[in-house]
Amino acid sequence: MKSSYACNSIEHEFSRRAFLGGLAAGTATWGLGDVLTGLPALAEPFKSGHKRILNVFLHGGVSQLETWDPKPNTDTGGPFRAIPTSVPGIHVCELLPYTAQQMHRLSIIRSIDTHNSDHARGVVEMTTGRKQLVGIDYPHLGAVAAKALTPDHFTLPGHILVRSSPGERNVESEFHKAAYLGAQYANMTMYDAHPPKNTERAETLTREADASRNALREKISNRFAGRRRTADTEAYNFSFEQARELLTHREVFDVTQESAADRERYGTSEFGKHCLLARRLLERGIPYVQVNHADYDTHHENFDFHIEQLGEFDRPFSQLIADLSDRGLLAETLVCVMSEFGRTPRINDRYGRDHWGTAWSVALGGTGIQPGGVIGKTNDNGTEVIERSVDHGHVFHTIMQAVGVNSTGDFDIGGRKFPIADPAKSAIGELLA
Amino acid sequence: MSQAAPTIDPAKLHLLLEYKHERPLTACHWEPQSRYVFFGAEDNLIHRYDLASQAVTPLAGHDSWIRSFGSSLDGELLYSGGYDGRLIWWPTAAEKPEPVRVVEAHQGWIRALAVSPNGSYIATCGNDLLVKLWDSATGALVRDFAGHQSHVYNVIFSPDSTTMYSCDLKGFVKAWTVENGETRDLATVETLHKYDTTFRADIGGARSIALRSDGAQLALGGITNVTNAFAGVGEVAVAVVNVADGKIEVQLESKDKTKGATWGLSHHPNGFWVGLTGGGGGGWFFFWKGDEPHEFFRFQLKAAGRGMGISPDKSQIAVAHSDRHLRTYALFEKPA
Repeated sequence: MKSSYACNSIEHEFSRRAFLGGLAAGTATWGLGDVLTGLPALAEPFKSGHKRILNVFLHGGVSQLETWDPKPNTDTGGPFRAIPTSVPGIHVCELLPYTAQQMHRLSIIRSIDTHNSDHARGVVEMTTGRKQLVGIDYPHLGAVAAKALTPDHFTLPGHILVRSSPGERNVESEFHKAAYLGAQYANMTMYDAHPPKNTERAETLTREADASRNALREKISNRFAGRRRTADTEAYNFSFEQARELLTHREVFDVTQESAADRERYGTSEFGKHCLLARRLLERGIPYVQVNHADYDTHHENFDFHIEQLGEFDRPFSQLIADLSDRGLLAETLVCVMSEFGRTPRINDRYGRDHWGTAWSVALGGTGIQPGGVIGKTNDNGTEVIERSVDHGHVFHTIMQAVGVNSTGDFDIGGRKFPIADPAKSAIGELLA
Repeated sequence: MSQAAPTIDPAKLHLLLEYKHERPLTACHWEPQSRYVFFGAEDNLIHRYDLASQAVTPLAGHDSWIRSFGSSLDGELLYSGGYDGRLIWWPTAAEKPEPVRVVEAHQGWIRALAVSPNGSYIATCGNDLLVKLWDSATGALVRDFAGHQSHVYNVIFSPDSTTMYSCDLKGFVKAWTVENGETRDLATVETLHKYDTTFRADIGGARSIALRSDGAQLALGGITNVTNAFAGVGEVAVAVVNVADGKIEVQLESKDKTKGATWGLSHHPNGFWVGLTGGGGGGWFFFWKGDEPHEFFRFQLKAAGRGMGISPDKSQIAVAHSDRHLRTYALFEKPA
């Protein structure tokens, strides 16, 4: 069967346009030189009690059978065995030996039924908590988190995506829509664990000249705003101020400043670096960090490729969970591991698994989540949910309530009420601490 | 009065028997006395198919899929290697076979095993990047062979049992001296590997391996010209390497660029290569001769092939199919 994912699917077309748009925006925002004077200090050290979200998105559709809901010795189980975890009675696939030892800090939802097997729709629905409708945009989880969780006077980006550079064909989304929340809540993207581009002052520009240039810009901007203030200019000024913070605190985004021992523990893979970068960003109070890992769209030789991909995922992810816990950050950080859908229980004739949204899994942990639990159940060979069926809407409510946001409330945008989450859905109450 | 040996002619190839199993098959093996064909399936079991009675007997001992088999020279012992990392010795003809010996041979999958032509050794290779040599009589580990940097996909002995050849995911081929473990890099078959930058994953490896009957050429079967690793879009191929100098002498392919990988490979004493394929282009037998890169004959199968075994008299081929069937095919003219 031909994969629609890597062959000009809507997702890819969308991603390319978004990438080009994002690149232009990025250039405008960050090509500004180093401005160190006249700025307020970086937001004071992040106050305890402020919540954060870490979302690890396994692009392409990770197999639930090779991760959170193994079915060994069944017609659908594949060749892998289930292994015990740090929680008696909970087993995961043998491809997650390190994550298994962090299970007491995580919980699994094994009963996700999203009725969807389309990549683009799955990405949108899992990250907005809403059914995708033509012509209607809902804000990404990261945008909602940035708006709801960013403390006052916090001038660093509230919503950061960490991912790899696009390959020959870009198979991941990279522009997270903020929709009606406003552009300032859209994501800043960091590629390949590098700090944002153009955040170093050009050598030919002196510090004094740069400060003078900025003062002039500020004066003109303020005069303009005094007469013709618009949402667009507000967003622009917000971005500009944020960019100045980026320039001032570039080290926030520099993973190479982590110790050699830490870099060793997280490994040399790109995902390992991304996990260490995520820890650094969360430590500095970024409200929403999403780390993408690709790719899991394994229509062919699913088992070989899951060895390869989960071999990259397992150790750094478990290290990140352990570190967040050891540093007290897990008490303030909601962790989610999601995908756009799972993979078919049926194994096709090329040892592959295809797209499957009917009975799959998501893992949650950290603040607000009961650890060491399993919600829902699939039947013996994983072909259907037989207990506590939930979908993206329930997951979205659960994430938001876990970080202290009343997800049944509304955003007030210019006097209009916008529900924070799908009013037809609710949180998975038994999963909340 | 014994029957005359049939005249081998690939163009006369025809289906002899079909057995439908409950699960898709993963591998098969024709044992030396030609009493049984053994096959693995997606049920973690080995199944013994009695060619005379057509009785099927399950052999339980692995905890994962079985992808490789071998036999002692007299055929009385069966060796199996599983994705559970276990190497198991079985009594071939016991009424209810139980493991004679179980060795936890590799960390992770055993991808292939080979039996030395003198019967003394079993070689295994797997995802722990190792080739291992075992004493077939005692099960003792003779030696580890470390050096591959990616999963080791296949291994085979030279006809004189003094050398092993192995190939990994990235197409690196090594020659190992059995006696002392010395290694040399024999060849790099770049055409059998690709790092797919879209999906950020490696695809490749020798899915099948064979030596020319005189031992002068090593053939490595796999997938080439991959344009989409995760959909398996690539073409069947066999790289033929001169074992003396490592030169890749020819790459055998299909005339019409058939999609899939070469999962089975053997050199027939009559002087041609037999390849079994499976994948997007369906299942096929390909027959190549000499240095001709394209097949002189091919035969379409009912479903993808995942493994094959040749009868001791080289007149029949058993195939493990993805559609739950074990099938055997004759390489001679169908009786009237």
